[in-house]
Amino acid sequence: MFVTAEPAVDIAHGVVGYADRPVLHDVSLSVPAGEVVAILGANGSGKSTLVRAILGLVPLRGGTVRLFGTPLKRFRQWRRVGYVPQRMGAGSGVPATVAEVVASGRLARRGILRPPGPADRTAVTAALTAVGLADRAAEPVATLSGGQQQRTLIARALAGEPELLVLDEPTAGVDAGSQTAFADALRGFVDTGGTVLLVAHELGPLQPLINRAVVVHDGKIAHDGAAPAPAGHHAAPDHDHVHPHAPEDPPGAWLT
Amino acid sequence: MNLFQYDFMIRALIGALVIGLAAPALGIYLVQRKMSLIGDGIGHVALTGVGVGLLLDRSPVITAVIVAAAGAVAIELLRERGRTSGDLALALLFYGGIAGGVMLVGLSSNRSNASLMAYLFGSLTTTSRTDLVVIGVLGVVVLAAMLLLRPALFAICHDEEYARVSGLPVRALNILIAIAAAVTVTIAMRTVGLLLVSALMVVPVAAAQQVTRGFRSTMAAAMALGVLCAGLGVWLAGEIDTAVGATIVVLAIAGFLTVAVCAAAWRAIRRRPFTRTAEVEPPDVILER
Repeated sequence: MFVTAEPAVDIAHGVVGYADRPVLHDVSLSVPAGEVVAILGANGSGKSTLVRAILGLVPLRGGTVRLFGTPLKRFRQWRRVGYVPQRMGAGSGVPATVAEVVASGRLARRGILRPPGPADRTAVTAALTAVGLADRAAEPVATLSGGQQQRTLIARALAGEPELLVLDEPTAGVDAGSQTAFADALRGFVDTGGTVLLVAHELGPLQPLINRAVVVHDGKIAHDGAAPAPAGHHAAPDHDHVHPHAPEDPPGAWLT
Repeated sequence: MNLFQYDFMIRALIGALVIGLAAPALGIYLVQRKMSLIGDGIGHVALTGVGVGLLLDRSPVITAVIVAAAGAVAIELLRERGRTSGDLALALLFYGGIAGGVMLVGLSSNRSNASLMAYLFGSLTTTSRTDLVVIGVLGVVVLAAMLLLRPALFAICHDEEYARVSGLPVRALNILIAIAAAVTVTIAMRTVGLLLVSALMVVPVAAAQQVTRGFRSTMAAAMALGVLCAGLGVWLAGEIDTAVGATIVVLAIAGFLTVAVCAAAWRAIRRRPFTRTAEVEPPDVILER
């Protein structure tokens, strides 16, 4: 691995719109290697759109995105990036085991033609251990709780041994136990020098890991600096921010 | 008397076994992405290819592969653009395909209804030696692609956006699945028929996933069931003189029902100790007699 002065993520004057509705206006953000950045904002502020634009999942109308110094259009080193979506895609009924889903994370590194080897299996096992799901490897993902499914998705990203993790509201609606396991796995990644770009509505147990917070409001960056202290009832010492469908989703809750 | 002493029965059996393996191996990806009916649509389009082949006096298998592949790629490109406007476009393509096929077959010199029925529902006696070579080669190619690319194809069917961020050639792999579906439909038309081939892609997968826990085991079980139904179907169709495609599909659906009922019974038995035990206690009163 070579050391680079280039930021892991750099978006300059980014503009994104769906149909006629502009979602991001002139957004600029640079994430140096090794930093852990949280993107905060209300629902509909454009924070998820920002990371999706950075990954090329939504097209830019204006501005530029660079990953590790390379313009997005020419970027090919996807093995350096690990992506954790908001939730597992709607199931189709065809079962897949936890290990099979996590093994998909090795494709960016291995390519599509080479069959999995010992290094791939070791990485899958290590990633499952990091999120505390090693004993569930052979179970169908559909039988896991929502929180365990989210941990499966971070394991999938970790299995690729990326340098940059991009997470889109990874802990939304996740039970407290899974949030802690999630934070532990993320801490392990940060300790090895990994860069993190994390979209969140609520930081929860991830708070101590964050060294910079960016607040998106109305498609613009409203704050960029230290993580803001919780305010209002969120600041109360006994406030335990739990979503209505927590603490434990019934198995298959994501599949309906 | 053994039916398999006839060459045409042997050819039909080999053709069916190839389809029985290849169709579920491809179909599992279609089911995973909730496009179970797409094979049926491609079958409609392939009929136009058959019509073109008969009209030009060329091998209908080759022209059907070409037309069906073009149709499948068009469907895939429509799907990629977004589903809202795609629905109506698919309907136009499907009905245009089957209407065009029926008209072109009518214009050709081989215009009997029997030949049309043979393509729509399959026929034991129509598989020629050349057809068998085409079926064998294309079937093995489809099977190899579906098995060797399983991790990548699983990834794009399970989570297409994640696959994109992994740098996988998502569009190329989607088009590969579309073309493989077209090829499978076409090589199956001699045996199972264009209107029933989709069943052989989907039903074994539906049966297998009742009892399996992973993708790989589902694929293996579906292929085993597919080849079993295809083999038994050819034999049974010969014995009782029924259409081979319909016989195979009825066997597959019977297999699905058997598996579904057994799986439900097994789950009920396993849950039994946790349910109340009142049912097994002797009744307090005897109401009759």
